[in-house]
Amino acid sequence: MNIFVCVKQVPDTETKVTPNGDGTFIETNSIKWIMNPYDEFAVEQALLLKAAVAGSTVTVVRVGSVQDTEALRTALAMGADEAVLVESEDNLDSYMIAKSLKGGIEKSGKTPDIIFTGKQAIDDDCLQVPQLLAQMLEMPSVSVVVGFEHADGKVTLKREIEGGATEVYEVSAPVLVACNKGLNTPRYASLPGIMKAKRKPLQQLSLGDVGVSADDRRIKYSNFQLPPEKPPGKKFDAMDEGNQASVVAEVVGLLRNEAKVI
Amino acid sequence: MNFELSSEQKEIKDLAFKFAKNEMLPHAAHYDEKGELPFDILKKAWELGLVNTCIPVEFGGTGFSTLDSILITESLSYGCLGMNTAIMANDLALLPIVIGGNDEQKKRFLTPFTESYKMAAFCLTEPGNGSDAAGIKTTIKDEGDHYLVNGQKMWITNAGFADLFTVYGTYDSGLKHKGISAIVIEKDTPGIEIGKPEKKMGHSCSDTRSVTFKNVKVPKENLLGKLGDGWKIAMKTLDHSRPMVAASAVGGAQCSFDYAAKYSTERNQFGKPLSGHQGIQFMLAEMAMNIEAARLLVYKSAWLLDQGQKNTQLASSAKAFSADIFMKVATDAVQIYGGYGYSREYPVEKLMRDAKLIQIYEGTSQIQRLVIAKEVISTL
Repeated sequence: MNIFVCVKQVPDTETKVTPNGDGTFIETNSIKWIMNPYDEFAVEQALLLKAAVAGSTVTVVRVGSVQDTEALRTALAMGADEAVLVESEDNLDSYMIAKSLKGGIEKSGKTPDIIFTGKQAIDDDCLQVPQLLAQMLEMPSVSVVVGFEHADGKVTLKREIEGGATEVYEVSAPVLVACNKGLNTPRYASLPGIMKAKRKPLQQLSLGDVGVSADDRRIKYSNFQLPPEKPPGKKFDAMDEGNQASVVAEVVGLLRNEAKVI
Repeated sequence: MNFELSSEQKEIKDLAFKFAKNEMLPHAAHYDEKGELPFDILKKAWELGLVNTCIPVEFGGTGFSTLDSILITESLSYGCLGMNTAIMANDLALLPIVIGGNDEQKKRFLTPFTESYKMAAFCLTEPGNGSDAAGIKTTIKDEGDHYLVNGQKMWITNAGFADLFTVYGTYDSGLKHKGISAIVIEKDTPGIEIGKPEKKMGHSCSDTRSVTFKNVKVPKENLLGKLGDGWKIAMKTLDHSRPMVAASAVGGAQCSFDYAAKYSTERNQFGKPLSGHQGIQFMLAEMAMNIEAARLLVYKSAWLLDQGQKNTQLASSAKAFSADIFMKVATDAVQIYGGYGYSREYPVEKLMRDAKLIQIYEGTSQIQRLVIAKEVISTL
């Protein structure tokens, strides 16, 4: 079975984000990169499936800059067999990323039976690459998956929907599965795993190699800004019994006229 | 000169740190309170390859450099000094075998530690001999077809759960340090008596006991090197293990600093956060610069050993400096937390108790200064 996992490298969740000079992206110089946390569930599920289906391989694909390849190395150290890196800037839009992933998968020389992704990336939270990629590859996709079973060529997926209910899908491969928290507990990359990862094959491609050009860009970032700072709250002193009536009147007035909530 | 860790070293450090933050730190207070070894956590660390980092590749280990292993120690100590002591004590007990053992002994004693999680204990200190290690009273007598070991060892980490004991004794106390020998004793050997767990100020989840050897018959093939090689083996072990202990102090100091720095931005006094007051800023700056200085000293002392150079002076410098700044940083962290810092509800109180031991075990801060002075004077 040819199992693929698409991973994204995102800033560590504790990063203090600042816009870069011309506002086209964030400052990336001092960022510590990690694998997108939802993608860890995807890698884990791929490795569990590999262990269940003899003769399977797990190929992990990433689109992004080459300076730090943390996400791919982590996936290889966790147990993936090989990696494909499509080299690009980090600020591609969802369409370009999906098209690049498709190209990377095709260039690997393997036809995917199943593709795992995270349900979303925690940096831009676009939530559309899995669906775009599935569409481009003409295969079904199921997103926000919290349950996975594979038997006799059939895949049964549980999908979380709003209100706490679950939908159950039965799909035949090839299929794209976008994973959510709760699906599994991602393993740590062990130290022997880290040492072995060094010797695993990593195929490096350019955007041109996978047929993606500047014309594919649908969205251009132009003005990254930090959210405006929250103004400090107002404080009222109603400890003194003498002024309680006037404080209540003032607060009600502000809620009605300024905050417009009553 | 290059201060950058290799990408592999960064990954090793990241993994150990992730493990410390997710698996150790959240449970540190619980096991400290209970005074129990967290076997599940230790076993999990072993499964990931974070334990017994000194075992060479030929015998099933990871074959890490000293620098690699101290990166792991630094990270694990960020999670819990007590758990790290249990982990580090294995290296301390296995290193003499790595350094002084023959291939047969390495295969026999080290390989089982790569096959399942086991504990080992290093037995040097005695009730009457700590810093004056050359005055050891435990005897290793040649009885023809075996050695006979008699004596008592004190403050032995992992003693209650150890599968093997690396024991130092003398075959002729008149020879002082030249009589000292090192021997490996397996736990089921008759005549070993394990004492009750000691009640300690810190590192409470680690197991510390006395061990008494009464007419213990040990096979001849368990002696490391020859009779009288023990001192040399012990000194070489310390060149490796002192940077490790120093690294644990850096990890603990970093953890204390991170807690205190974060708290200083959250707690308001006189209308602004603590971090807005110059008195607190001076404390934070002092902590940060001492931690970084200690880290550089520790890394260099490990790097020197990996280059095959003598690191005795720097290993002692790293150990003494890191232990002392850890004590200072942890004390200041408690100070910044104020009344909350003194309460067990907050994490820095434990760190302050844990810090004290680092100034004592593996050679006190005073002994380190004697070693440094001896090295410095010998070059004059």
